[in-house]
Amino acid sequence: MAHAHTDHSAPAILAEVKPVAFPRATLVEKNRSFSWVTEKICGIIEGPTPRWWWIAFAVSGFLASFTVAGIIYLVSTGVGVWGHANPVNWAWDIVNFVFWIGIGHAGTLISAILCLLRQKWRTSINRAAEAMTIFAVVCAAIFPVFHVGRVWFAVLPGYLFPFPNANAIWPNFRSPLEWDVFAVSTYGTVSVLFWYIGLIPDLAILRDRFYRAGDKIRSALYGFFAMGWRGSNRHWSNYEMAYLVLAGISTPLVLSVHTIVSFDFAVSLLPGWHTTIFPPYFVAGAIFSGFGMVLTLMLPLRAIFRLEDLITQYHIDCMCKIILATGTIVGYAYGMEFFIAWYGSNPYEGFAFINRAFGHYAWAYWIMITCNVVTPQFFWFKRIRRNIGLVWILSIFVNVGMWFERFVIIVTSLARDFLPSSWGYYSPSAVEIFTFFGTFGVFGVLFLLFIRFLPIMPMAEIKAVMPQADVHGGHDKH
Amino acid sequence: MAATFYGLMARFDTAPEIYHAAQQVRDAGYKNWDCITPFPVHGLDGAMGLRRSNVPKFSLLGGLTGFTTGMSMIWFTGAFDYPLIVGGKPYFSPLFAFPISYELTILFTAFATIAGMFILNWLPQHYHPVLKSKEILRGLDDAFYVVIEARDPKFDLNRAKALLSQAGAKEISELEA
Repeated sequence: MAHAHTDHSAPAILAEVKPVAFPRATLVEKNRSFSWVTEKICGIIEGPTPRWWWIAFAVSGFLASFTVAGIIYLVSTGVGVWGHANPVNWAWDIVNFVFWIGIGHAGTLISAILCLLRQKWRTSINRAAEAMTIFAVVCAAIFPVFHVGRVWFAVLPGYLFPFPNANAIWPNFRSPLEWDVFAVSTYGTVSVLFWYIGLIPDLAILRDRFYRAGDKIRSALYGFFAMGWRGSNRHWSNYEMAYLVLAGISTPLVLSVHTIVSFDFAVSLLPGWHTTIFPPYFVAGAIFSGFGMVLTLMLPLRAIFRLEDLITQYHIDCMCKIILATGTIVGYAYGMEFFIAWYGSNPYEGFAFINRAFGHYAWAYWIMITCNVVTPQFFWFKRIRRNIGLVWILSIFVNVGMWFERFVIIVTSLARDFLPSSWGYYSPSAVEIFTFFGTFGVFGVLFLLFIRFLPIMPMAEIKAVMPQADVHGGHDKH
Repeated sequence: MAATFYGLMARFDTAPEIYHAAQQVRDAGYKNWDCITPFPVHGLDGAMGLRRSNVPKFSLLGGLTGFTTGMSMIWFTGAFDYPLIVGGKPYFSPLFAFPISYELTILFTAFATIAGMFILNWLPQHYHPVLKSKEILRGLDDAFYVVIEARDPKFDLNRAKALLSQAGAKEISELEA
């Protein structure tokens, strides 16, 4: 022990305290200049449209038409075209909704929570991750909005939004489903606002570059949204404060959104749903799946646009470690659910969990365990984190696993009701399958438009974390 | 049309240079002046002598409005306009009204914060002498500028130029309004 040799006559105070100097990872490699960053990011937008972009856009557009066809058929026919039937009255619609909302959470985590924690590595991935959030919320919103069948009823007679129905009755504000309407619409709105605020300085760069290049139309379009930004430090001062406040409120927001989503299940009386562990377990799972999606999207972008100096191995390591941490939390939650089911001695609860692992849906349960608990453990190893192709494949497993998690939670509990006479087995209808896979097309179309027309990385924020940005020239001293 | 003189724009090439230049302009007692930087330079607010931003006051106002809106909406619909017993629960309770009020607090805070930022920065402002200057392209890319306006009470063309050169300006240009 350190105290063993303390001289009792004098207080043990060191003459000088030398904190351990941790080597800081470089966030932009090869000692690039500020204008290299501008040229690199703006060059993507200003250059000609690559052929792969058109191919990817066509494929995504075709896939998106499945969703469009699926919902047109649904609205014109009725919600019966989906495969739900007693006792499984909630299935793919809410599975897909929770899946997409969860994906979005990584974007807000990167833009808000990592901002508050001063994790500077967030800067090169936050723009694309926030875009992912917004598009994921769009895909998620399709399901609750269209599950009302006659979709206009979502608003005007107030199935979702608070307008009185035909009998002048208002929505039930005691229900977590109604809380969800507010949580998700606030989440979508605030995400768009946060994203737009981040875009303003970068849009100003594009405005001026297109103006100098003689492209008045694009200059006017980017300029309209740049709001006349001129890089004034008096503006930056208010801007930075606004950004900090938005990060500060987005943090409780993102935690509340998946908490409220989990309340949809946790406040019910159904075995397997009625558990207090749900809010933290859902939030961890959401961040886990979201980072999976961030890697799935960013690794190809990094390779295509040669962004290795901006998204470095350090960035990939950080994301892999977050996946490892949240995946392990999720794995712990799976174990704890079993423990509580046994320890709580409720026979229905016990049955629900045995049935999950060994019943008719055991195949889905074991896919979930493999993808969510086993997959992230590979990220303990540096050699695996450095193998970009393997990281990308593992990130897809994470996405698949988290979809199955929601499927397992929702469907297994409903399919085995309290009375064996009301047991059933749910399979999705073709309409559901098409509608869901189409949402990947919807997401793809939106994301491709984003990378073609908007700066995929926040130039101003990246410059601010480069060593040259330090007014005391800190990089020379070390 | 004869262009009116707006002020001086002096270029600096690095972040430490603009930081020290800003300190000198601040100490010289100028009021109507500004720095143009491609990114928020850490510590420049202090070097310019700017006070803490007032944006959080807007945020607080927005948050309070949001929370009140949530609570009163749920009270109005459930306990006043059409009281209906659901599951034997009270017509109104701040407990079940809390999650929605919480979300609306955040929603209104976000709008108020952004509105506050735009109002305090006097944006959108699509016309400005700095934007008209050819230098703006570099001002948003990799160069740093100090702009001293002619309307500043202490402004004197030669003395301002001397101050900026002494602060290490690489190039000084005149801006027209």
